[in-house]
Amino acid sequence: MLKKIIFQFLALILIFTYSAQSAESGGMPQLNPEFWISQIFWLVLTFGLLFIILSKFILPKISNNLETRKSQILENIETADKQREETEKKVKEFDKIINDTKVEAKNFFNSERQKVLDDINNKRLSLEKDIEKEIIKAEEEIDQLKKTSQEKVTKIAIETSSDLVKQLIGEDINKSSLSAIVEDLSKKEMEKHNGI
Amino acid sequence: MAANPMYQFNVYRIGPEIKINNIDISFTNASLFMVISSLAILIIFNLGTKRSIIPNKIQLLAELSYSFISKMISDTAGSKAKPYFSFIFSLFMFVLFCNMFGMIPYSFTVTSHIIVTFVLAAFIFIGVTIIGFIKHGLGYLKLFVPSGVPMVLLPLIVVIEIISYLSRPISLSVRLFANMMAGHTMMKVFGGFVVSLGIVGGWLPLGFSVALTGLEILVAFLQAYVFAILTCIYLNDALNLHH
Repeated sequence: MLKKIIFQFLALILIFTYSAQSAESGGMPQLNPEFWISQIFWLVLTFGLLFIILSKFILPKISNNLETRKSQILENIETADKQREETEKKVKEFDKIINDTKVEAKNFFNSERQKVLDDINNKRLSLEKDIEKEIIKAEEEIDQLKKTSQEKVTKIAIETSSDLVKQLIGEDINKSSLSAIVEDLSKKEMEKHNGI
Repeated sequence: MAANPMYQFNVYRIGPEIKINNIDISFTNASLFMVISSLAILIIFNLGTKRSIIPNKIQLLAELSYSFISKMISDTAGSKAKPYFSFIFSLFMFVLFCNMFGMIPYSFTVTSHIIVTFVLAAFIFIGVTIIGFIKHGLGYLKLFVPSGVPMVLLPLIVVIEIISYLSRPISLSVRLFANMMAGHTMMKVFGGFVVSLGIVGGWLPLGFSVALTGLEILVAFLQAYVFAILTCIYLNDALNLHH
């Protein structure tokens, strides 16, 4: 309610002042020449000063800034291009070095392997020779041993058998016949032993 | 009271009366806003002259406006108009800032006064005419004689061309002045409706007022742009005579 009253009051005041003013000064203040000269004077003064300061001090700086930025950017692009080219070159060189090194390493590896293989082969051959020699020697020894052992065994057999016979019968037997019998037996035994 | 929609355009004296040879050049509210606009332009663009490769915000603003106007000039008037760049730049910025400061409530719109816009337009008109006569001598008068017009129509065309040429300062000044005055008057009228209709019916004019404010800001920029581009076009006529 209070609000409404206040607004009505305000509206009333507005209407009164409106009518009072329109009665007092109708039309556009723009066409009132009272301050025209003053406006022209201040316009010329402020706009003139604005123009002079802008054109003498500020705009050259801005255009200079723009120019330097442009040239700097171009320069930077140029150096960047140069550096990129250099980098590409370096990368190529690097690749080449790596390839060369790879080839070298392969060659080195191959030659070393060949060497090692040769060495191994040689060593094996010599070892085999040695082993063969040893084997032959051993075989000879075995053969020798075989022969001697057989003779000894036969001798022992003959002696023991002659002793046995002597004790059993109390008589000496011809040694040659005894040895023939023993040899015959041992031969048979040997053959059986050797699995013929 | 400020109920009269025209009241906002009143010019009144601030401070003492200054008179030189009986001519009143007192400092008024119009002068105050001219000074404020000029100072704002100078401060903003002076802050924008920092020498750095990567610009900050104000510098970016200054440089963008610089390239915007320089592109506008080279598009409409060609490369010959380069020497007039700083004038057109100052003109555009002055009109733009005066229009924009006028959008602040209780402020004063310098460009809503016919005398101000007329002085600017007359200066441009006289300057362009002088440039035309300096560049082309009396050949500048060929501007009024378009080529390829039948001889019968020529007298009529020449008269029309002369009238249109002479009306340039008037059309240029009245366009800006009328736009600014009409917009501000309309906003004032709608503001008055908001008050008189009260809290019940005032919302609609309030909405209009808000929308009008946006429109007026657009108009403020657009009129400054139009003012500058028309200056460029007139300059183009004077520099590159090809009619």
